Amino acid sequence: MNVRHLANMANQIATFFATQPGDAAEATAQHIRQFWDPRMRTAISKHAEAGGEGLDPVALAAVRLLAETKQPAG
Amino acid sequence: MTLIKEQDLGTPAVVSDVSVTLEIDGHPVTVPAGTTVMRAAALAGVSVPKLCATDTLEEFGSCRLCLVEIEGRRGTPASCTTLVEPGMKVVTQNERLGRLRRGVMELYMSDFPTDNLAVPSSGDCEMQDMVAAVGLREVRYGFAGANHQDLPKDESNPYFTFDPAKCIVCSRCVRACAEVQGTFALTIENRGFASKVSAGVAEPFLESECVSCGACVDACPTSSLMDKAIIDNGMPNRSVVTTCAYCGVGCSFKAELQGNQVLRMRPHKDGKANHGHSCVKGRFAWGYVTHKDRITKPMIRASIHEPWQEVSWETAINHAASEFKRIQAKYGRGSIGGITSSRCTNEETFLVQKMVRAAFGNNNVDTCARVCHSPTGYGLRTAFGTSAGTQDFDSVMDADVILVIGANPTDAHPVFGSRMKKRLRQGARLIVIDPRRIDLVRTPHVEAEHHLQLLPGTNVAVLNALAHVIATEGMVDEAFVAERCDPADFAVWLDFIKRPENAPEAVEGMTGVPAATIRAAARLYAMGGNAAIYYGLGVTEHSQGSTAVMAMANLAMATGNLGRPGVGVNPLRGQNNVQGSCDMGSFPHELSGYRHVADEGVRALFDQAWGVTIDHEPGLRIPNMLDAAIDGSFKGLYIQGEDIAQSDPNIQHVTAGLAAMECVVIQDIFLNETANYAHVFLPGSSFLEKDGTFTNAERRISRVRKAIPPMAGMADWEVTMALSRALGYPMDYTHPSEIMDEIAALTPTFAGVSFERLDQLGSIQWPCNEKAPEGTPTMHVGGFARGRGKFVVTAYVPTEERTGPRFPLLLTTGRILSQYNVGAQTRRTANTVWHGEDVLEIHPHDAEQRGIQDGDVVLLASRAGETTLTALISERMQPGVVYTTFHHPMSGANVVTTENSDWATNCPEYKVTAVEVRLTNQPSRWQEEYEQFREAARQIAAVAAE
Repeated sequence: MNVRHLANMANQIATFFATQPGDAAEATAQHIRQFWDPRMRTAISKHAEAGGEGLDPVALAAVRLLAETKQPAG
Repeated sequence: MTLIKEQDLGTPAVVSDVSVTLEIDGHPVTVPAGTTVMRAAALAGVSVPKLCATDTLEEFGSCRLCLVEIEGRRGTPASCTTLVEPGMKVVTQNERLGRLRRGVMELYMSDFPTDNLAVPSSGDCEMQDMVAAVGLREVRYGFAGANHQDLPKDESNPYFTFDPAKCIVCSRCVRACAEVQGTFALTIENRGFASKVSAGVAEPFLESECVSCGACVDACPTSSLMDKAIIDNGMPNRSVVTTCAYCGVGCSFKAELQGNQVLRMRPHKDGKANHGHSCVKGRFAWGYVTHKDRITKPMIRASIHEPWQEVSWETAINHAASEFKRIQAKYGRGSIGGITSSRCTNEETFLVQKMVRAAFGNNNVDTCARVCHSPTGYGLRTAFGTSAGTQDFDSVMDADVILVIGANPTDAHPVFGSRMKKRLRQGARLIVIDPRRIDLVRTPHVEAEHHLQLLPGTNVAVLNALAHVIATEGMVDEAFVAERCDPADFAVWLDFIKRPENAPEAVEGMTGVPAATIRAAARLYAMGGNAAIYYGLGVTEHSQGSTAVMAMANLAMATGNLGRPGVGVNPLRGQNNVQGSCDMGSFPHELSGYRHVADEGVRALFDQAWGVTIDHEPGLRIPNMLDAAIDGSFKGLYIQGEDIAQSDPNIQHVTAGLAAMECVVIQDIFLNETANYAHVFLPGSSFLEKDGTFTNAERRISRVRKAIPPMAGMADWEVTMALSRALGYPMDYTHPSEIMDEIAALTPTFAGVSFERLDQLGSIQWPCNEKAPEGTPTMHVGGFARGRGKFVVTAYVPTEERTGPRFPLLLTTGRILSQYNVGAQTRRTANTVWHGEDVLEIHPHDAEQRGIQDGDVVLLASRAGETTLTALISERMQPGVVYTTFHHPMSGANVVTTENSDWATNCPEYKVTAVEVRLTNQPSRWQEEYEQFREAARQIAAVAAE
């Protein structure tokens, strides 16, 4: 998958949740779990592991949460 | 099977709490106060002769045929204009009345063709009926005097003829154009004997403002206005009630046929979405069904660079299944997927997603709503708990303030647009938020009180500014919010929305909307009575599409405009079954009824019913499928009734994705643009060739009924079943009603829906279940589906698509009245007389700066690609913004649009593309290359002689 594109999508989601009450990284991660196919999540997680270039701080934190919690979205 | 002739009660129904009892020819009848004597008589079973009266139009009283006697009154009043009174005694027939009526008819007939051959609707002509009803046997005046029999016919309109020789100047056509359609294109010119119906200022119909909705044709009692198909073929002899296949209004129609030849589509008076009205597409543009381009034989090919080979159904289905199995064996279970269509029925979309989940074994299913209203689903579900509009269409008649944002109802949802205009003529006040001056801004007898002509991409800023005014000027409906909404969310939102950055004065620079206009519009929306929001893709197709939907929900909750008729947040869906395809579980993360695949309890229901284990992970959305294809992990796609190679953004990216796949299966009625990249073509069936249901924008489930046999031998649902069977997952439905039974069993909001119930009730708005056995016209009455309404902070985030020196203009796209989406249907009808090509609308100032004149060919270039179009200089546009449509494949509007998308749903940002426009004298490189490729990719090998 095009990780630059995925990073941009993750940043957009994080930008929204950064304005919401609560933990923005967790909300961003939850949104990604709910709507992203596993191969997209895997690709962005690998990108984060490699430094996460282009990922905003909230998005980067969210992607790291994806790797920690692999249970399905609800 | 017979021809349905709807009863005409003469004048419209009246709603009143007061009843009046009177006697008609000695028969007592009780009707609502305000009813006319004519209607009361009809309700009593007494038919009073009439010509100028019809129950779809207000009473007029011109033909003098419906005279009656009323005890205690002088003279013979017209029953169509006389209201009932308690105890009234009416005589509708006696020797005196008969003599008067014969005299009237005699005069009419003295200037009317006497030759039956001249009356194409013979057998269904009100003039002929009235001659018989009054017993006219001779015309004492003869026919040699001055008359109108030699006036020339107007045959300019491609679909109907106006023959003034048969016109009795009853004004039914003029009134239909005004009252029902609201276009006011027709008038009676001149006076006395010289009076005649005129389109525009004595123009041919085609050149006038007539929008060819057909209301005048349907209203005409004499066949002066008549369908050319009837003139050419004669009268139909049977009717099939069905639902239109075009926009999300979902009009009910009677398909009228001779044998299996469709002759006419007439709007059905009982249709609750359209109440007997239609538009040019539904009424007339159905000829594509039998167009010579229809592909009726399955085809396969090994490569997109080879010609198609016609094969048997069995060969095509087995080849598709074999390829999908091969691909999955080689690349994994998730390497294939499917796309359902909003132009197909609920039953068909349900089967496609079922096949993907059960036979493909993954959740890689998506639908075209991805690229239009997916933000509606996300936004309204978040705010209210249900991914659907809140009202029925009739609700607009109770609105005092109508806010239209990012929608162009008179072009894209014309029948509802007419109804909206009717309410506006009655006095409702209008706010339009749109970058373009759409017709509703100023049209006969309708004028927007406020037009917020914002820059594309700034919806959220404007919506927030409206809410800011409401919040800071004390216009919040505190009682509604306290009773109905989550208080913690509201407190957070209130703090956010009151911030100075949301003030109209703070956003006017970036939005282009004067602060005073925003403030005035906010005050009107909040304080003007029942306020209803209607919106379209101008809201959703943005990087903040979902945010904008939630911002509208905030506005409606803050002002208490939810949960009753006349209010609400109402998406105008682009295609006829967008709502239904979403309801049916077409999204990769949801099963039917919007339930996430990760929900174990829900999944268990489907696992048990389908005998499989459904994947608990969300699948790929359409843009993700294309990305994955280019990446190499997605290799096969089954597309039913969609044309993503024309409709989706950044076409060169789309086609690169398609070209990277090893098996693309297209199921469609025509070789569409996506088929150029396909390996298997399965012939589809049009809406006239199958049974099923559509669900329109007001959640109304309506029957689609088979009028003619499938031209390729199988309806779409049967094709999907065959493919699933070949994949090793048999489905054995014998009729779509059985599929609906399964949908109802698995989907709580559809629990009470069945074909039998639909036949009883005509149509049903979901939720339909034990709590609402006849459906739910208005949602969220007394409480929200999610419990308490959720206010969401909707901070404005500018799009990443920016203008600059290279691309200084903003392009926004849309569609027009006569064409429909990718044009596959409408381009194959005579509607091309109104729109033969896509054009680029450009403001005179921008055109002058570039030396562009009306009709010049211009290059339209963006960061994504280039195409050429013909320029149309138009003051509908604001300086700096250009507009085009995407109805023609070689126009390539979506070669220019980008892959920017909504943050929540990946809905593309069609509405904001930075572009430059300049004169050119040659096609773009994409146009040249694609035309060459297209020509080769559409070749069908000649069938060898046996």
